[in-house]
Amino acid sequence: MTESPLAAPIAEAGAPLARRNPVAKLGAALVFSLALLATVDPVAPAIAIAIELAVLPLFGVRYRVLARRAWPLLVGAVGIVVTLVLFAAERDGAVLVDAGPVVVTTGVLMTALGLVLRMLAVALPGVIVFATTDPTDLADALIQNVKTSPRFAIGALAAFRLLPLLGMEWQMLTLARRARGVDAGRNPLAKLRLFASTAFALLVGAIRRGTRLATAMDARGFDAGTPRTVARRQRFTAADAALIIVAGALAGLALTVSVLLGTFRPLIG
Amino acid sequence: MGAVELRGFGWRHAGRKAWAVRGVDLRIEHGERVLLLGPSGAGKSTLLAALAGLLPEDSGEQKGTAEIDGLDPRKARERVGMVFQDPETQLVMARCGDDVAFGLENRGVPAEEIWPRVDEALRRVGFPYGRDRPTAALSGGEQQRLALAGTLALRPDLLLLDEPTANLDPVGATLVREAVAGAVRGDTTLILVEHRVAEALPLVDRVVVLTPGGGVTADGPPDAVFAAHGEALAAAGVWVPGRPVQPRRATAPTGDTLITAERLGLPPRLRPTDLTVRAGEALAVLGPNGAGKSTLALLLGGLVKPGVGRVVATSALAGRDAGTPPHRWRAPALATRIGSVFQDPEHQFVTRTVFDELALGPRRTGRSEAETRSVVNDLLVRLRLDRLAGANPYTLSGGEARRLGVATALATAPRLLVLDEPTFGQDRRTWLELVELLAGLRDAGHGIVTVTHDAEFVASLADRHVALERSGTR
Repeated sequence: MTESPLAAPIAEAGAPLARRNPVAKLGAALVFSLALLATVDPVAPAIAIAIELAVLPLFGVRYRVLARRAWPLLVGAVGIVVTLVLFAAERDGAVLVDAGPVVVTTGVLMTALGLVLRMLAVALPGVIVFATTDPTDLADALIQNVKTSPRFAIGALAAFRLLPLLGMEWQMLTLARRARGVDAGRNPLAKLRLFASTAFALLVGAIRRGTRLATAMDARGFDAGTPRTVARRQRFTAADAALIIVAGALAGLALTVSVLLGTFRPLIG
Repeated sequence: MGAVELRGFGWRHAGRKAWAVRGVDLRIEHGERVLLLGPSGAGKSTLLAALAGLLPEDSGEQKGTAEIDGLDPRKARERVGMVFQDPETQLVMARCGDDVAFGLENRGVPAEEIWPRVDEALRRVGFPYGRDRPTAALSGGEQQRLALAGTLALRPDLLLLDEPTANLDPVGATLVREAVAGAVRGDTTLILVEHRVAEALPLVDRVVVLTPGGGVTADGPPDAVFAAHGEALAAAGVWVPGRPVQPRRATAPTGDTLITAERLGLPPRLRPTDLTVRAGEALAVLGPNGAGKSTLALLLGGLVKPGVGRVVATSALAGRDAGTPPHRWRAPALATRIGSVFQDPEHQFVTRTVFDELALGPRRTGRSEAETRSVVNDLLVRLRLDRLAGANPYTLSGGEARRLGVATALATAPRLLVLDEPTFGQDRRTWLELVELLAGLRDAGHGIVTVTHDAEFVASLADRHVALERSGTR
């Protein structure tokens, strides 16, 4: 059986901040990230990243594990730098490299660096939260602490369980089409058509499976109008509220330093 | 508690012309254990869904009445528990204990009672793992045991089991039957739908047979029902116990070698394996779950690239392409040489009608429209699909879909056929037809490879077998 890599928390569950209420972690990440969106300068995100990396051990996540989990972000960062260096319209500042069509200036490099830092600073809190949170706990907390509808939270959780099956299903559909004598060869149009027909079959299968799951959930009294009780209590304590407040304060600190240094450039205005 | 009373009950799904079930008069007393039989299409699953209160009033038309302890089933849902066929789509949560707790939460059971009831239910079904075991790490049989625990934790008065072992290998099916036998107490009424009658009989004390046209054919203790109606039931496709099948031995000596597997494997799914398939022989591939039987079928079918070793097609099978491994052939060429029949027939369906489904292969491989029409019409008749030529493949019953799956592979006249669990969950009639059909193909000089758990099928058809061992790399 394959397990969804997204579903597997990678942290030590006992770490002081990993144990916090999932909704509090999510709220803290949102507050922190949203505050950083206010500026487009490189200094505030740099401070934010330093803070994020500093609190990482409190979440029980090792740096090496985070790097493995966040590699798509790093690839994206490299992509941003390369794209800007090659295609930026404004090339102000001192010229660092002049190799024919490729001109790298300090201005371009600063802009690219700002963008990369911003992306990492905004995305990392989310990565940390999902790395340290069990999806079941998150659904429980959403239902119990912020009154999300169980229909939505449990429904999403159940659907999430079926996701890994889709990959296997796609492979079987593709092989079965080949067995039927259907392949696209080198014709791009035929390839597109084959892809569309396979995707349609996958969708039909997914809908049928979803319907069966919904019936099975119905048979166990889901969403029947009886008030639900909870088997796993999620508490939202003062420490959880403090986590959100501290996250807001740290983001404020990063922005303040940026303003004091005179590098602050508001997103709007 | 848990008494069922049906009077002239019928149900027609919205948008369908035919009644799924009709004219059923039946009374089941508290604590009875009933095996509900009938050929496919007799409406067994619809009847169970009605009793579980899972047919909303606006989803079809009802005739007569159905009552549980004098109540409409839709109002008696707390008294009824149901376990379905497919293990994958019954589990809701990521951890086993949470999944059993799910129903208790829905019913509003006080929090302090939930975990003791979860533990009790897991114990009752003989669940071997703790609450924290991930549901994704369970085998099919274990998943069904867990689904049973999740239902029993709700303490239903009436327990409905809709073919709970049909998707399982023999080991998994035994696990589930043992759990039912050990867990269901005398105070619970049980209604079980199950193809494999002999295995289900120890669980029940009464057999009810539905008639496809409507009504109840037979009702009573198992021995009496099978003594009086055994012949007719067997002919209608019910697996009546004690009716062995005549084996179909090859009538001609084997011919040329068609394909050879040399140290063929795909780590970690399949260990290196050697085998040869000749024309005019039926080879069965056996082995426990996890031994890589399905993987071997895909490799022999030219659908997957071998990890180690190779597949060699002889010139008797592949003509000039004999030097190229099958997985590198173009799909149309492959379809005329090796036909693969998948375990789930729906994976193979590509078009909107049964006719087009059968015509697809011949058209793809360059046959004329007149030739295609003649091939298709011949197959429609041979596999009893002629009435369904215009039907959508996805609306077929299990037996019909299976026959169509085999027919699509035959449409391009491949010399070698590779089938993955072709008899899975089939009624007796379809089963016998498959044996007959494959035996006929073998005697006409085709090579047949069947991956199967079905010992009776092997005994009836196979000339030779290969047993795989669990790959167990870890």
